[in-house]
Amino acid sequence: MTPVATPFFFYLLSGLAIAGGLLVITRRNAVHSALALIVTLLAVAGLYLMLYAPFVAGVQIIVYAGGIMVLFLFVIMLVSLERTIKERQFNRMWPVGLFAACALLALFMSVFAKGRALFPDRVPPPPEASNTQQIGVMLYGNYMFAFEIASLLLLVAILGAVIMAKKRI
Amino acid sequence: MLDSFMSYLGSSVTPGEANNQLWALIYVLIIFAGVSVAVMAMNWLERKALAHFQVRLGPMRVGPHGLLQPIADAVKLLIKEDIIPAESDKFVFWIAPIIGLLAAFTVYTVVPFGPSQAVSDMNIGILFMLGVSSLAVLGVVMAGWASNSHYPLIGALRSSAQMVSYEVAMGLAVVSAILMTSLHGAGLYGVSKLSDGTGTLSMIGIVQAQQEQQVWFLFKFFPLGLIAFVIFAIAMIAETNRAPFDLPEAESELTAGFHTEYSGLRWSLFMLAEYAAMIAVSAIAVTLWLGGWLRPFPTWLSGPAWDFIFALFPGLTFVGLAAIAFLGTVRMPKHSYFRVQTIGLAAFGAVLALIGVLLLGIVIGAKVSDHDILNRTTEGLSNVFWFVFKVAVFMYLYIWYRATWPRYRFDQLMKVGWKVMLPISLGVLIVTAIVGVLL
Repeated sequence: MTPVATPFFFYLLSGLAIAGGLLVITRRNAVHSALALIVTLLAVAGLYLMLYAPFVAGVQIIVYAGGIMVLFLFVIMLVSLERTIKERQFNRMWPVGLFAACALLALFMSVFAKGRALFPDRVPPPPEASNTQQIGVMLYGNYMFAFEIASLLLLVAILGAVIMAKKRI
Repeated sequence: MLDSFMSYLGSSVTPGEANNQLWALIYVLIIFAGVSVAVMAMNWLERKALAHFQVRLGPMRVGPHGLLQPIADAVKLLIKEDIIPAESDKFVFWIAPIIGLLAAFTVYTVVPFGPSQAVSDMNIGILFMLGVSSLAVLGVVMAGWASNSHYPLIGALRSSAQMVSYEVAMGLAVVSAILMTSLHGAGLYGVSKLSDGTGTLSMIGIVQAQQEQQVWFLFKFFPLGLIAFVIFAIAMIAETNRAPFDLPEAESELTAGFHTEYSGLRWSLFMLAEYAAMIAVSAIAVTLWLGGWLRPFPTWLSGPAWDFIFALFPGLTFVGLAAIAFLGTVRMPKHSYFRVQTIGLAAFGAVLALIGVLLLGIVIGAKVSDHDILNRTTEGLSNVFWFVFKVAVFMYLYIWYRATWPRYRFDQLMKVGWKVMLPISLGVLIVTAIVGVLL
């Protein structure tokens, strides 16, 4: 399927992602922040689709927007929101955050400026039909060890959560 | 515009693949209208069937046998006062039912009613369906939280816990079916002689894999496919919050659960989303395990004669429904009070009979004249009919479950989800992989 109106959708999705990101950090109400974050995640999933990565886009929707954000909301809903809205933030971490953001921005700018030297000029996108297959072959072939390590890490995290949550095992 | 309208007519791929936006839009509108009508029909059927299960009559007043009841309900809900609670979070309260509805209807873009009768064929079709339908829980959680009231919040918490837990078992059952698309092993009947190939996530590709392997995945590697299907069939009831897993809206404990504070049009949007989601997950089950649009017994009862007989089924179904309507007309009381209802039911039966005769005429015309357009129409009708028929069986099962089983307790529900369904589906996945490689 050939793409339609590519620049329009790129700017629309990028704009949505940025607007959602700004809303996440400016809303006082934590539930509104979480909803804005969902908008950002979905917009990023759309950008993955435009980069010929349908599998990553689908996984992004399932894991982040469908799974993790539901758990976020689950926790936030049980927090007393009235107090967080009234109280002023008391820690002074914003200089650190500003520094980190500036460092990231500088990194992105340098990559953007030197990009032509660092990366090949144009990588032909893999045919859409075999995208998922290629990811499978990569994960279970070339990067088998890293994949297994990652799953082991997740298993440890699950076990830790169970041990901390349960009084008697 | 006329060119793009005409150019698609001869093709045998989906509008999305043919890159034809006009036909994609037409398909979207047809599916949207069809699903909305199906939801109304389901509403009537559910009330009627539940009533008969409990030896009641159900709706009888609005129209003959209550046939106009859904329309009356819809009009009532539309003109009802729209209440937004004063202490609620207005924006979230307003957007929650819309999110649920969008999630429920978006998945229909990849539902394969036939090899070319789908809006688009995505190469991540099944992943897209699971992902987008998992977004429906967001609408539920937001509605429960925004109402700023106790019962909706508890309902929303229950619902999110339930949907997240059952999604795991559901996903593993789906993975074992996707695995079968790549494993061309002998299966139950030992008919497939293909070597193992690459699998697919595309909805149309999954049905075509079943066609090539000449076995529905329900019967493949018996009983592995059957177990995975049963896991999915249980998980999909929990996913759509239906009885016996309808704890988020358990009326004896939580009045109406997450939509307690909703009324009028917004409430009806929740109902529409719930039924649309039920049809969508049934469509996933039909596609993965029941051969999608394939007719029953394609190898055992093969040949042009059997093809012709099976092609007659859509028309015969409508004729049968018309016969039931005419039977109802004859059995109507003869008193003059019932004259309008009798005429109405007869007219309804006549419309059904007309559709049935038209469908039969197309099939017989195709058989006699062997005209290209008629042949293609017959094939398309047959595909869509078998798909919709299989989904309709699931919809009836939903009603049947609701009438038969009492509601689970919440801890029982969680226990079944995590300690029974999850290990079984994991085991089935592993055994399917082993068997598929060995056979």
